[in-house]
Amino acid sequence: MDFGLSEEQDLLQQSAREFLTQECPPQFVRALLDDEHGFSPELHRKMAELGWPGLLVPEKFGGLGLGLLDMALLLEEMGRAVVPGPFLFSSALATFALMRGGSSAQKKTWLPRLASGDAIGTLAFLEASDRLDAAGITLKARKKRDGYTLSGTKMFVPFAAVADILVVAVRTSGKSEKGVSLVLVERDAPGLTIRPLDMFDRTRRVYEVRFKQVPVSGFLGKAGKGWKLLAQLQDLACVALSADSLGGAQQALDMAVEYTKVREQFNRPIASFQALKHMAAEMVSEVEPARSLVWYAAYAFDTRAKDASRAASIAKARLSAVYTRTTNKAVQMHGGIGFTWEHDMHFWFKRAKWNEFAFGAAAYHRERVARFDGY
Amino acid sequence: MDLAYSKEDEAFRKTVRTWLKANVPKKDKTLSDLPPNDPRRIQRAKDWQRRLYEAGYVALGWPKAYGGQGDSDIMRQTIVNEELVLARAPGLIGASGLTMLGPTLLQVGSEEQKQRYLPKVLTAEEIWCQGYSEPGSGSDLASLRTRAELVGDAFIVNGQKVWTSGAQFSDRMFCLVRTDPDAPKHRGISYILIDMKTPGVTVRPLVQMTGDAGFNEVFFEDVRVPRENLVGELNQGWLVANATLFHERNMLGSTTRTQLMMQNLIRLARSHSRYGQPVAEDPSIRQQLADLTTRVEAMKYHSLRQLTAATKGRKPGIGAMVNKLVGTELNHDICALALEIMNSYAPLNRRASHVIDNGIWPYEFMFTLGLIIGGGTSQIQKNIISERGLGMPKSR
Ligand SMILES: Cc1cc2nc3c(=O)[nH]c(=O)nc-3n(C[C@H](O)[C@H](O)[C@H](O)COP(=O)(O)OP(=O)(O)OC[C@H]3O[C@@H](n4cnc5c(N)ncnc54)[C@H](O)[C@@H]3O)c2cc1C
Ligand SMILES: Cc1cc2nc3c(=O)[nH]c(=O)nc-3n(C[C@H](O)[C@H](O)[C@H](O)COP(=O)(O)OP(=O)(O)OC[C@H]3O[C@@H](n4cnc5c(N)ncnc54)[C@H](O)[C@@H]3O)c2cc1C
Repeated sequence: MDFGLSEEQDLLQQSAREFLTQECPPQFVRALLDDEHGFSPELHRKMAELGWPGLLVPEKFGGLGLGLLDMALLLEEMGRAVVPGPFLFSSALATFALMRGGSSAQKKTWLPRLASGDAIGTLAFLEASDRLDAAGITLKARKKRDGYTLSGTKMFVPFAAVADILVVAVRTSGKSEKGVSLVLVERDAPGLTIRPLDMFDRTRRVYEVRFKQVPVSGFLGKAGKGWKLLAQLQDLACVALSADSLGGAQQALDMAVEYTKVREQFNRPIASFQALKHMAAEMVSEVEPARSLVWYAAYAFDTRAKDASRAASIAKARLSAVYTRTTNKAVQMHGGIGFTWEHDMHFWFKRAKWNEFAFGAAAYHRERVARFDGY
Repeated sequence: MDLAYSKEDEAFRKTVRTWLKANVPKKDKTLSDLPPNDPRRIQRAKDWQRRLYEAGYVALGWPKAYGGQGDSDIMRQTIVNEELVLARAPGLIGASGLTMLGPTLLQVGSEEQKQRYLPKVLTAEEIWCQGYSEPGSGSDLASLRTRAELVGDAFIVNGQKVWTSGAQFSDRMFCLVRTDPDAPKHRGISYILIDMKTPGVTVRPLVQMTGDAGFNEVFFEDVRVPRENLVGELNQGWLVANATLFHERNMLGSTTRTQLMMQNLIRLARSHSRYGQPVAEDPSIRQQLADLTTRVEAMKYHSLRQLTAATKGRKPGIGAMVNKLVGTELNHDICALALEIMNSYAPLNRRASHVIDNGIWPYEFMFTLGLIIGGGTSQIQKNIISERGLGMPKSR
């Protein structure tokens, strides 16, 4: 029994932290808030030099061939640094969709480009109904003479503006899980238009994507048989977002504690006030155990454990709540300055809220846990 | 990372499980109707610990020289602890000797003390109680006033302890006393071992809110304690005690008991109805059950993480500091939800008709609140986490 990180994993995490401290400090994040796409190709290229986008990609396609646990450590550090950009959606979600669902030709075309950072992918999943189940997938794929075309709308598609390739959940028949398909669509395909949805978390950008007879570039797996992979992608997203939340919560906690040590009121550091100390202790006592939930969920996903989906939901439910609570307290511990645009704390506060709702909020995942546990 | 246990560990677990299946004492109706501190029940509890010891399953890590197994494999110790819980085995009556005194003596005790006391801790021939708290000194333990004057080759002890769990059936007490009233409060304390049969020791049981007499007042009137019963140096008792407190608080909580409680809670929810609806179908209860599940799972893997760190000889970090706080509050919250589920049936006492699960839930609901207070309250835990863990300055 070994529930710990390997030396390589420790090293990966440590070097990621050092790299991001250097390359993605808060002022860098701040500058990207005003960027049109909220994305720095240069940072993405630097991360690619370290092999990060190809972390999950098998070596024969130019990746590092590592697992979700390794990815989670990286994402934890990215959450810590609130890195803006499509990394999670491209290098975890879209990449994994291709790895699991792609034909060998599709893999050959896309995986090396995704791994090298030359291409960016994303997942188009939600629709206006905001449903996470199969009934929420209504975007029609129609068979034409020379292949399929899509007509309809996807909502909340992350970083669609900078993506080269979209993994789109579509309906080829019926209304249930049977009939859901995953298809690849190139971003510059004719008939595809995007519209940004302006959100308070400027480190994440989402778009409404409209399809008007857009040609499908290919199916990931068989038509009508996409639900299983889509469900797995949801688990993956839950673990990935939980890792991001863990790092963000840790950072918010660290910043708040440091601030209270230097801020003086009543002729003493406010860190000496028990009201704040107990707040900080409560944050620690939620964040520390939550770390183990992320590790386990990633490990369960990697090893295809029987309870992998349950573990993903448990992590997502817990981290959704913990990240939000932690950033709320962290803002309060800063007093008035924490409420300003000028101070950085709102980056994490807002990211926490985004992470909370994406791919199912705490209550949704608790209900899932209840079903897994037979009640 | 690899959660599979080694073949050897699996085999060991199987052996322990088989042994426990054959040896865990069956419920004895005639005994369980007696008060908890009836001598026949105490004797039975001692017999159980002794049997477990003879099978080689008590305090595996203690050196052979003092009657232990000399088995430093933390994994095996954890397996035994888990299996004991899974087998619904009774708790060990000598627990405070095993978990608090023993580790302290092993760390700072003299050779004679180790030889003299440790073997009998293992066999339950001698039961120990912890004499720390006093009426005027609880959280502020270092302010304790029970006085011990060194006269010739003996301490003469005068004063009072309170909340002393198990004192009424204990043979000995490890005790903090003031040996230098003029020194700063942390530097005038000594750690001594007191024979409870010494003239001048009076034990008066206090009834807890559960109705049981679990803890006691202990009075000392010119109690003579031989000088050789001093553990560590004179006036260095605070350091010695802190070693013990550390063992008490950061006990690598195997979370098996909490997991079991959670399973029982879900079973309860599935079997009970309330307001014309099976409780497990009530969305608010489902949310609460699943929320507790996420907390239970977090602690399960949190403890595995610490176990792994320990087997690799790594220092426990700030993570270990939250164990007592999080663990005790979680256990209490589980019981609180059980009461919410049982609704009108919740307050029924053990012997009442229509009582659910033998009244274990309301009992545990209260008992677990005591554990939030005992061994350093939740507020004191938060002080420790923020001051020692996060380096926030002391309050003035
Ligand atoms: C939206 C908004 C509008 C405002 N409008 C006005 C306005 O119109 N006019 C005006 O004059 N001011 C205004 N303020 C300022 C506001 O009154 C202060 O922000 C507030 O009093 C806290 O002071 P601070 O920001 O200096 O934080 P600090 O006093 O530095 O507090 C930082 C943290 O330490 C805690 N803390 C401080 N002292 C203690 C203590 N003794 N015990 C325990 N904890 C302590 C605080 O609770 C907080 O969590 C406004 C603030 C906000 C956010
Ligand atoms: C079931 C049970 C078993 C016990 N068994 C034993 C035993 O075997 N041996 C033994 O020696 N003792 C034992 N105790 C005593 C236990 O250690 C004390 O009750 C505990 O340390 C609290 O001390 P107190 O009761 O004097 O409360 P107080 O210290 O008076 O605390 C009262 C309240 O004030 C708070 N408080 C105190 N100081 C601070 C501070 N600095 N900051 C913030 N809040 C503070 C506390 O958290 C608490 O909420 C037991 C207690 C219980 C409940």
